Amino acid sequence: MSRLPKKDVVIIGLGWTGSIMAHELAQAGLDVVAIERGPWRDTASDYNIGTAPDELRYAIRQDIFLRPAQETLTARNTPDQVALPIRKYGSFLPGNGVGGAGVHWNGHTWRFMPTDFNLRSHLVGRYGEGFLPEHSTIQDWPVSYDELEPHYDFFEKVCGISGKAGNLRGATQAGGNPFEGWRSDEYPTPPLKPNLAQNLFHKAATELGLHPFPLPGANVSTAYTNPYGVRMAPCTYCGFCEWFGCANYSKSSPQTCVLPVLMRQTNFEARTLSEVTKINLAPDGKTATGVTYVDSAGREWEQPADLVLLCAYSLFNVRLLMLSGIGTQYDPATGKGTLGRNYAYQTNAGSLGYFDKDTHFNHFAGAGSLGMMADDFNGDVFDHGPHGFIGGANLACNSTNARPISSRVVPPGTPRWGAQWKKATVETANHTANVGSQGSSYSYRDCYLDLDPTYKDPLGRPLMRMTFDFKENELKMSRFIVDRTAEVMQAMGAKQVVKNYKRGPWDVVPYQTTHNTGGAVMGNTPEDSVVNRYTQHWDVPNVFVSGACLFPQNAGYNPTGTVGALTYWALDAIKNRYLKNPGQPMVQA
Amino acid sequence: MPALTRRHLLSATALVAFSSSALGRSLTGSLPWQPNEAYPPQLVRPGGWYFLTADEAAMVDAIVTRFIPADDLSPSGKDAGCTVFIDRQLAGPYGTYEWLYMKGPFSANPLPTQGIQSPLVPQQQYRQGLAALAAHCRDQFGGKRFEQLTGDEQDGVLRAMEKNELQLGQLKRPLLDAKMFFDLLLQNTMEGFFADPVYGGNRDMVGWKMVGFPGTRYDFRDVLANPGQVYNKPPVSIIGRPAWNGRPA
Repeated sequence: MSRLPKKDVVIIGLGWTGSIMAHELAQAGLDVVAIERGPWRDTASDYNIGTAPDELRYAIRQDIFLRPAQETLTARNTPDQVALPIRKYGSFLPGNGVGGAGVHWNGHTWRFMPTDFNLRSHLVGRYGEGFLPEHSTIQDWPVSYDELEPHYDFFEKVCGISGKAGNLRGATQAGGNPFEGWRSDEYPTPPLKPNLAQNLFHKAATELGLHPFPLPGANVSTAYTNPYGVRMAPCTYCGFCEWFGCANYSKSSPQTCVLPVLMRQTNFEARTLSEVTKINLAPDGKTATGVTYVDSAGREWEQPADLVLLCAYSLFNVRLLMLSGIGTQYDPATGKGTLGRNYAYQTNAGSLGYFDKDTHFNHFAGAGSLGMMADDFNGDVFDHGPHGFIGGANLACNSTNARPISSRVVPPGTPRWGAQWKKATVETANHTANVGSQGSSYSYRDCYLDLDPTYKDPLGRPLMRMTFDFKENELKMSRFIVDRTAEVMQAMGAKQVVKNYKRGPWDVVPYQTTHNTGGAVMGNTPEDSVVNRYTQHWDVPNVFVSGACLFPQNAGYNPTGTVGALTYWALDAIKNRYLKNPGQPMVQA
Repeated sequence: MPALTRRHLLSATALVAFSSSALGRSLTGSLPWQPNEAYPPQLVRPGGWYFLTADEAAMVDAIVTRFIPADDLSPSGKDAGCTVFIDRQLAGPYGTYEWLYMKGPFSANPLPTQGIQSPLVPQQQYRQGLAALAAHCRDQFGGKRFEQLTGDEQDGVLRAMEKNELQLGQLKRPLLDAKMFFDLLLQNTMEGFFADPVYGGNRDMVGWKMVGFPGTRYDFRDVLANPGQVYNKPPVSIIGRPAWNGRPA
């Protein structure tokens, strides 16, 4: 192993959180290196307009995602089962390479509701302790919405999020989401233009007494220059957004929002195709001395640094902590330990509507974040008392694509092949729409992450093991939500509505969502969390953790907006407090 | 190919294979930039078989033609190039599951929620599955090959496979059984019929024309300006349109 000259900061992973951390800390004058296990990727070379819109290559063969051969997880539903490797990613699709999953996301960019942060105390206060599901391990976040608001605002400005405010400093705004937390400012760019499905949803939801509003999205609607001076171009509704890189510089990503200015800083260096294998600790176990990584030629390097920032994908941050022996592994039998605890996901389901032959949805003219929403049944907006579950979901009517390998629809009962299949496919094409939902997924005692006893990665290190299933509370919530989506679909004028209820057990095959949360959660005490409210590790104060692994449980929203806000929240603490007294915990345990 | 390309073409594949064996790089001071750097897929041209044998290809031709029969909605799966597509896919990284996690041990009793747990990669599944299907037809239809059966007989065999009511030789779960093989065949056929024509199927974009998918035009602001209208422009693929090459659209 060769030892390299020491840096001020080593960043593990160059996606959204890593590039933001790198840029801000390099600007603050620190010497920063980011180590990324995938290749360098940029718009013109890798998401070229002549190659980007390729469904087979990207959506089906998963060219730019993390390949399981490099790293995967093992999975099971309950602790008494034997976990087996996810040999092909399906249910979730982590990214790989510079930009990470921030390249291939749809761009739905939400703020969690204020009551999502003080969740446990809020619910117990309103409904009583006995209302929580059995074995629920939900807990309050150690930060409040008010504390995160400025950081949500800045992340939205870096991305150029398109949308319409519903609550400006407490004043309700027509056309926006009346249930959102207060905003200090309007969205940076106006909403995307609605397609037919969004117009029908808006009308139907309004008639039903709901409060529809445009989906806040990282597809910019107009030319835009962000606070870093990086320029983006308007979305062209190409229909190749999620699972694809954007050739138009319209989808917010590290490439389109941060890297052009980050790469100009001479005190920043990116090392690609280099995988960090371990965070190294001093003999006292309380200070990280840097990281060890292996480059693509198989050479091992030690990169010393004063500050270590874990900025890989949520799940892989958790695994690297486990492989580095930092923190105490959670044990579901005793409830002791925190690392791997409170893994949660997302509970998505909806209704499909079949319309008449004169209704041409043209979803091929879509964008990842082209949608009309309603939050009337999200979080604790509505009284859960009569329903007997906690949590909720946003209702969504999106037009993202009509890519024909995976987006074909036929009526129920149609054969999967042959002349009848062809006829039904042609008759149905362009005449269906979906009302979906992004539902909360709360934490439970027996849903967790640990290292697998059997399966190893190519470097011989144990894979991480995921133990997860949908619980009755979540399924009940989702049934209620799907019934609401069906009501809207009916009101939109569908001649046939098919409700697709969420059913357990959780299956690794069908794509559900890449919203894996928890495992290294932030909290108020070392007994219930891995890091403190500033995302600083309780045991090793010069290690900070980013990403959705910080979430104590997941809300009824996509996580990236909150991941971005937490990144700027942590940066504020690092720049303005930690660096004045480096190596010291900012919260006393 | 530029000398500095950080990934290389695997000559035996129909896809551009991104190689992780390229050396890691240190980047600082500016965005890295190389003129004309892009990673297009290799254009598949029909002619010859890269993985399938001629006998196997004849069976696949017959199968994809039952899955997608010719009628006034489209040409057959065979004429759309589905067999060429499948052959070239099998010859590339997909055929060996090069990108998947294929380390053992392989469980004999995976949960239904645990996805792929067979050690057989698509090349092996096709070779073994087609051989077992051929043997089944020989036994049940007086020595005939699958492609020699009537359309109704072929449909009957395929339906039995789909319902897993047919035992294909010694094949069984979790390695491979009739339904698993059927699902693979159907999935790959649909991929071929609806993927970009660059991969050898969806010839002249017949799949896209059938469902009204306009392809890779990449700019639909005109549609958003006036939602709900019938869209009549012909599709475009990443290799263009026949009209651009002097042929009718």
